Amino acid sequence: MSSPRSSSVLDWPATASSRAGRPVASAAERRRNRWRRKLKENLTAYGLLCAALVVFALFSWYPIVRGVLLSFQQVDFVNPPTWVGFDNFTRLFEDPLFGVAWRNTLLFTVLALVFGFVVPFVTAVLLNELRHAKAFFRLAVYLPVMLPPVVTALMWKWFYDPGAGLFNSALGAVGLPGGQWLDSSDTSMLSLVFVSTWANMGSTTLIYLAALGTIPGELYEAAELDGAGLWKRLIHVTLPQTRFVLLVLLLLQVVATMQVFTEPYVMTGGGPDDSTVTVLLLLYRYAFVYNDFGSASALSLLLFVALGVFSALYVRLTRKADQS
Amino acid sequence: MSSTWSPTVRRRMFCLLLAGGLTLGVAACGSGSGESTGGKVKITVTGQPPTSQPFERGVFDADVKEFEETHPDIDIEPHEGFMDPKTFSAKLAGGQLEDVYYVYFTDPAQIIARRQAADITEAAKGLKNFGDIKPELLDNFRDADGKLYGLPTMNYSMGLVYSRPLFQKAGLDPNKSPQTWDEVREAAKKIAALGNGTVGYADYSKNNQGGWHLTAWLYSMGSEVARKDGDNWIAAFDNDKAKAALNQLRAMRWEDDTMGSKQLLEAQDVQRMMGAGQLGMYMAAPDNIPVLVKQFNGKYEDYGVAGMPGGQGTLLGGEGYMINPKASPEKIKAGLEWVRWKYLNPERFEKHVQQYVDGKQPVGLPAEPTPDVWQGAVRDQQLAIKAKHANVPAENYQSYVDASARIKGSIEPPNAQQVYAILDSVMQAVLTDRNANIDQQLSSAVSKVNSVLAQVK
Repeated sequence: MSSPRSSSVLDWPATASSRAGRPVASAAERRRNRWRRKLKENLTAYGLLCAALVVFALFSWYPIVRGVLLSFQQVDFVNPPTWVGFDNFTRLFEDPLFGVAWRNTLLFTVLALVFGFVVPFVTAVLLNELRHAKAFFRLAVYLPVMLPPVVTALMWKWFYDPGAGLFNSALGAVGLPGGQWLDSSDTSMLSLVFVSTWANMGSTTLIYLAALGTIPGELYEAAELDGAGLWKRLIHVTLPQTRFVLLVLLLLQVVATMQVFTEPYVMTGGGPDDSTVTVLLLLYRYAFVYNDFGSASALSLLLFVALGVFSALYVRLTRKADQS
Repeated sequence: MSSTWSPTVRRRMFCLLLAGGLTLGVAACGSGSGESTGGKVKITVTGQPPTSQPFERGVFDADVKEFEETHPDIDIEPHEGFMDPKTFSAKLAGGQLEDVYYVYFTDPAQIIARRQAADITEAAKGLKNFGDIKPELLDNFRDADGKLYGLPTMNYSMGLVYSRPLFQKAGLDPNKSPQTWDEVREAAKKIAALGNGTVGYADYSKNNQGGWHLTAWLYSMGSEVARKDGDNWIAAFDNDKAKAALNQLRAMRWEDDTMGSKQLLEAQDVQRMMGAGQLGMYMAAPDNIPVLVKQFNGKYEDYGVAGMPGGQGTLLGGEGYMINPKASPEKIKAGLEWVRWKYLNPERFEKHVQQYVDGKQPVGLPAEPTPDVWQGAVRDQQLAIKAKHANVPAENYQSYVDASARIKGSIEPPNAQQVYAILDSVMQAVLTDRNANIDQQLSSAVSKVNSVLAQVK
């Protein structure tokens, strides 16, 4: 940040007479002076930066470092933690639910990407093509995001209720058999993915819309002059122009969906038959049901590493996008 | 005297220090605990009912006042709430855990193993009426060496809660409750046949509550969940009795269709169904009855409690209090005196019951107001006082009372919550999959439970 006082004229009169009146500063002294001046000029900025750094260190970095340490310790919060090496990890690998949780999480991520990636994109393209009532439809698409996640989950729980739920009642009204939705291990995960997609698609759609808005109109005009329809415009103009946004959002969605917790916790508790136990739900159980914070931290470290790979990819891609 | 720094720089420095100070201040707040002053021992205790339960809250606050009057050297600082596993460790780590804290029977083993409770073996010996407490309940608070870490203050065993009006509508005799699982099955068929979404029998299968209830099922069939094999614990439910329990459940769910189409239920769901008059029976302890009456405007006359069907055994559960391991010996002494005086005090039976009578609260249920933790003469004294002041139809629960004297009660398995999480999935498999392979489910659960039990110290 530069200040209005950064002009050296004010601090260092540059006339020959004034220079003659004082001893010539050595190079080291000049450097020191310059450093002091810069510090003085940017003191407020450094102050604010320090406060932010302290807050980050205390509330973001320290917990991460502590979490890593905890994953190699047994803790009781009364006596000093004892180092147990890789015991916590061994315990995790021996837990039959460990593999199940990762498999379920990956399944959720893949399903959530199939729906959560395609549906908002298609919605954004359609909204972009609208001539009238654009604002209304944007708001309508965004509305679910405003609902608290637990409210969304509870509402959908009622939709899925096999007895008096909305879906089965509607199906029954037209003479179709109802489904078991959350109550069958065949459909439980898919049912959760629908909820997640419905709840989160609003914000993704808006980002896609913003990306679509940056595409120069001439490209579409040229394509239209060449006789391209909606599909060809999508393939030859929209997709190439938004590829970086698509890729970045894809990675962000991978990171977000791998941390799915609210839906299985509120709607199924991990069931039926462990079909919706996710890594975060298992982590929650280790920490707050079994009170084993060492193993919970070990699991979170594994998740952290897995997500770190995607985050590194994300950083690399955004840098590439900026450069291009 | 001139300053090294210009006024502008000084102002900036001040802002900087203020920002840093505020940050550190925010980070630092939240530590520290209320220590005693003026010769009094001050202790923090949990178990204060919320203001949404005005009667229970009133009784608790009055008890605190009376205790402080009769014990001028002890100051009680009550904290609202009971056991919240989500905050327990954080409070302990942050020095915020109460000196005397509430626990369910499922928790002590793990808390003891993690050294998160104070050893009260010697301090408890001097407590009045300590020898009148049922020893099997005290065992729940002991470690492998026999050291004591807490006191039981309430005890229940599982039974069968049923709707008397639905029994009548279905042509069943509400005064003749089902005694065997076959009778439960037959009654469930008749109740479900009433139609209109009526469910004959419902059970939990979510958030470890399914495993908890399956354990009770297994006990009722004469099976165990875990048993001691030398120094180690091993799973003990891969047997014909457990298969019979699960087959009964499967048959009721899929062959008879008497358990409703909605599964993954937990306590509140089932209580709501019962309160709405849509459910005939469910497995529960008698403390469910006041919940059904208060939350769903029901009547005590409408509910009955029978002993555990099958009669081979039942699950004992309950609650108690443990002491913060960081508490000083004075606080431990004061804390134990509070627990004894408030919860384990035969001299206050009559007064406590009177509080309930005056507050138009139920007396005569095999539950509150006096805890069922006694043996011998004290227990007889307690039952006589309750019978004298009974204001609910005690005959509706007589079957349960008779059965509890007859049926063997077993406490929860070690590492109960982890075992229950595993058994949840067995319960869910049977209730949500028509073709669930019971043998496979059982043997898979046994290997999982064995790996959990291997961690029991």
